[in-house]
Amino acid sequence: MSNRFIVWFNDYRPEDRPRIGGKNAGLGEMIKADLPVPPGFAVTTDGFETIRSHPDAVEEVRDLLTLVDFGDPPAIRELSARIRSVIEGLPMAADVEDAIRSAYGELCSRCDRDDVPVAVRSSATAEDLPDASFAGQQDTFLWIRGTTPVVEHVKRCWSSLFTDRAMSYRHEMGHDHEVVSMSVAVQQMVDPKSAGVAFTLDPSTGDRSQVAIESSWGLGEAVVSGEVTPDNFLVDKVILEIHSRTVSPKHTELVMRADGDGVEWRDVADARQQSPSVSDAELLEITQMAKAAERYFGAPQDIEWAVDRHLPEGGNVVMLQSRPETVWSRKAPRQVSKPASGFMDGIVSTLLSPIHTRGPVSTDDGEA
Amino acid sequence: MPNRFPSPFEAETPPGAEGWEDLYTYSLPFSEDRREYEEATFWFQDSIHWAEPLTPWDATWYEYAIAALSQYNTRHYLIPPALGIDYRVLNGYTYLTPVPVLDGAEIEARVPQFMERAGFYFMNWGDLYDKWLDKMKDLIDEMEAISFSPLPEKEDLEVITEGHGTGSGLTIQEEYRGLLNLGLKLWHYHFEFLNLGYAAYLDYFGFCKQAFPNIPDLAIARMVAGVEVDLFRPDEELKTLAAIVVEHGLEDQLAGGLDALEGTPFMDHWNSVKHPWFNYSAGNGFYHSDKVWIEHPEIPLGFVSGYVQRIKAGEDVARPIERIRAERDRIVEEYTALLSSDEDREAFQGKLGLARVVFPYVENHNFYVEHWSHSVMFRKMKELGDVFVKEGFLASREDIFFLKRDEVNEALWDMYSAWAVGTSPRGPVYWPREVDRRRGIVDALRQWTPPPALGEPPEVVTEPFTIMLWGITSESIGMWLGAGDDADGGLRGFAASPGVAEGPARVVMSADDIGQLQDGEILVAPITAPSWAPAFGTIGAAVTDIGGMMSHAAIVCREYGLPAVTGTAFGTRDIETGTVLRVDGSSGTVTVIG
Repeated sequence: MSNRFIVWFNDYRPEDRPRIGGKNAGLGEMIKADLPVPPGFAVTTDGFETIRSHPDAVEEVRDLLTLVDFGDPPAIRELSARIRSVIEGLPMAADVEDAIRSAYGELCSRCDRDDVPVAVRSSATAEDLPDASFAGQQDTFLWIRGTTPVVEHVKRCWSSLFTDRAMSYRHEMGHDHEVVSMSVAVQQMVDPKSAGVAFTLDPSTGDRSQVAIESSWGLGEAVVSGEVTPDNFLVDKVILEIHSRTVSPKHTELVMRADGDGVEWRDVADARQQSPSVSDAELLEITQMAKAAERYFGAPQDIEWAVDRHLPEGGNVVMLQSRPETVWSRKAPRQVSKPASGFMDGIVSTLLSPIHTRGPVSTDDGEA
Repeated sequence: MPNRFPSPFEAETPPGAEGWEDLYTYSLPFSEDRREYEEATFWFQDSIHWAEPLTPWDATWYEYAIAALSQYNTRHYLIPPALGIDYRVLNGYTYLTPVPVLDGAEIEARVPQFMERAGFYFMNWGDLYDKWLDKMKDLIDEMEAISFSPLPEKEDLEVITEGHGTGSGLTIQEEYRGLLNLGLKLWHYHFEFLNLGYAAYLDYFGFCKQAFPNIPDLAIARMVAGVEVDLFRPDEELKTLAAIVVEHGLEDQLAGGLDALEGTPFMDHWNSVKHPWFNYSAGNGFYHSDKVWIEHPEIPLGFVSGYVQRIKAGEDVARPIERIRAERDRIVEEYTALLSSDEDREAFQGKLGLARVVFPYVENHNFYVEHWSHSVMFRKMKELGDVFVKEGFLASREDIFFLKRDEVNEALWDMYSAWAVGTSPRGPVYWPREVDRRRGIVDALRQWTPPPALGEPPEVVTEPFTIMLWGITSESIGMWLGAGDDADGGLRGFAASPGVAEGPARVVMSADDIGQLQDGEILVAPITAPSWAPAFGTIGAAVTDIGGMMSHAAIVCREYGLPAVTGTAFGTRDIETGTVLRVDGSSGTVTVIG
């Protein structure tokens, strides 16, 4: 059940958005759209505020922040460490901790296993700054198991609002440190055979009839972080044909540790480096999913997905994130037709300049 | 990588083919008389239509077809940037080159005339196409009415009593000239619509490519493809016949051929549809040796047997018309929704609409011209051959195709003149000797592998019909030049029909050999002709030397859901029967895997 401190993704209502942040709201929306999202819940900003407003924290953090010289990176790093240890050293409010414990318990029973492994992800949010992007500034913890570790890592997510890069970013942008709050996602972890991203357009041309898919072995972090050159595919959205495939050597993968707690980078054996990390059936499933997300959200999407290694093909792909694509969506739309020309004008110009000698329609040049 | 193809003047005559030039109209071979122009020009081989060396009479269709095509570009519609296609023969093989209008001012001047003339056809397409169908049927009736009979010992008495004033010798010469004229008229009709149809299709195609740079050609074609198309009708009738066999338990009779089926419901249906639908060539209709179903019922009956097996195995062989239609609507709807503005959606609907208006012609003309009319024409020629056989000019009826079309007039003259004078013609001594000599030359020419092109290629291919009909682009020329560089023995071509298949190759050079194909084999052919359609139930994939996206071959491969790689240039030369191949029709690659 959702409550003041917990919002289950499958209970999500739009009015929850300010309390759980855009990323978690997106997961809720994806479930509404019937997309296959692993189950989980968000710890609301109300939970974080119990720490922020803790009498021991308020003064100390504020004092520390006045001391720092933002031109001095080592100093920021040291400050970050001090603030984070202050926060992590505070006891969590009992009602918040109870709420998290019981929600995790329920997640375990929903997934039908004890100590279900989860990803614990930060989701910074600022109600007054709807356009601010805090992506990648806060911490994420993968493959966390057990009630106490989950509670522990929620606290570490909270403290990651004060990573050096997050503080520098806010300083740079002129944001008050107090306007940004923190929600935390606790979501069942899939054990991915492979994972990656998908764009519902071709990022190199803006062609909206394509889904561009990047994929590598193991967790999606390998693709997102740029740790490997992923396999790259273009799939036609309409006739569902894979018509371009580039398989790259993928030398490393992020997988769960042998002891079952946390994740680690592991070398990929030579033969597997050169193998495609997704099957054709999986590519088509990712494509269908990406199409569904684009249709539901009404705009081109940038998606994170994973293939669960324990499930059979045809139902083994899950979606982990879907957010609006930003590069091509900001450009002027690709207008092809010429204003007020008759059908004969089109035919004449086609004959005079056959398609194979033409480039694509120019749009304003920007990075693709 | 070389940057040019051999000059036509570097080509060596294959041993035993010396004097091949005399088998054709004097204007067909490359010659010293036009060497400067011919050497400076880029020529490509048209193996889509003529994969094998031409016999002298069969060169008629080559000349008629290309001249008629050219005439419509140059003189009827004034296609602004394009005159006709110039054409030659080298060692019996056909070579073409598009002739552009180079002067910008002249192109400009042709534009308003083109818009008026072509515009008229586009605006009145439906009415004109109905008229076309009537004209074609009349023309075929006229061809059917032509008859050749041996010259009589004496003229009938009515010739005297009704005061005809002419005799059988004149008639047989008139009939032959009439047949030739109908042949040329046929090719006029063929190009009355075709290039305009392609122009409208190209405009729509270009729009799609600009809106969606990665859109597969296949998807563009599927949005206009007709659902019920005359070209597929012969195959549909075979399925109906197979259903009759199963329904009435006629399998034993089917094995016995048409005679054994006499008096059964099978024959009722056969007789009601054989004209016109089985006037269908097992080749592409351009060669006299292509077998026509109605004359070789064992071919369609073999396909019927195949369908009977499939029906009995529980397979539904009928084309799922409703599903095909619904799928086409879905594809159109989804691409339309992805366009970025209402203006684009409106323009797209307009271009798609016009493409759909013109496309039935593009798809269907092939049945009416290459299959039906050519079948009748070749039949008539063979009937004339019978007359020559009777008079001792030829050993067999098909030998007539070793005469040039104008030499047939000379032979008729010789026959008539001797008949009139009451002496012996020279023909019975001259022609058997000459036909034997010529057959030896054509056989020698068959051993030659024609290069895909001659001369120096243009930097970019801009001629629209070359691209659309022959699939020849700057990329394909580059591919031909680089062919053989592929270290692993693989080939690249056009991704003509998606999917992946593996299997042993069977190289099939001519339509007569398609019966050799075994289940799951990869067909490797100079071209894939639409009339091979029923064979596609057997093979796993197709690889061709030459082919464009809109070649008839590509249309049928897609229709049958068969992976196909076209335009590999050297498939039949480099692949041996039995080699295990992997054909990826989505990426256009052929890989040797064993």
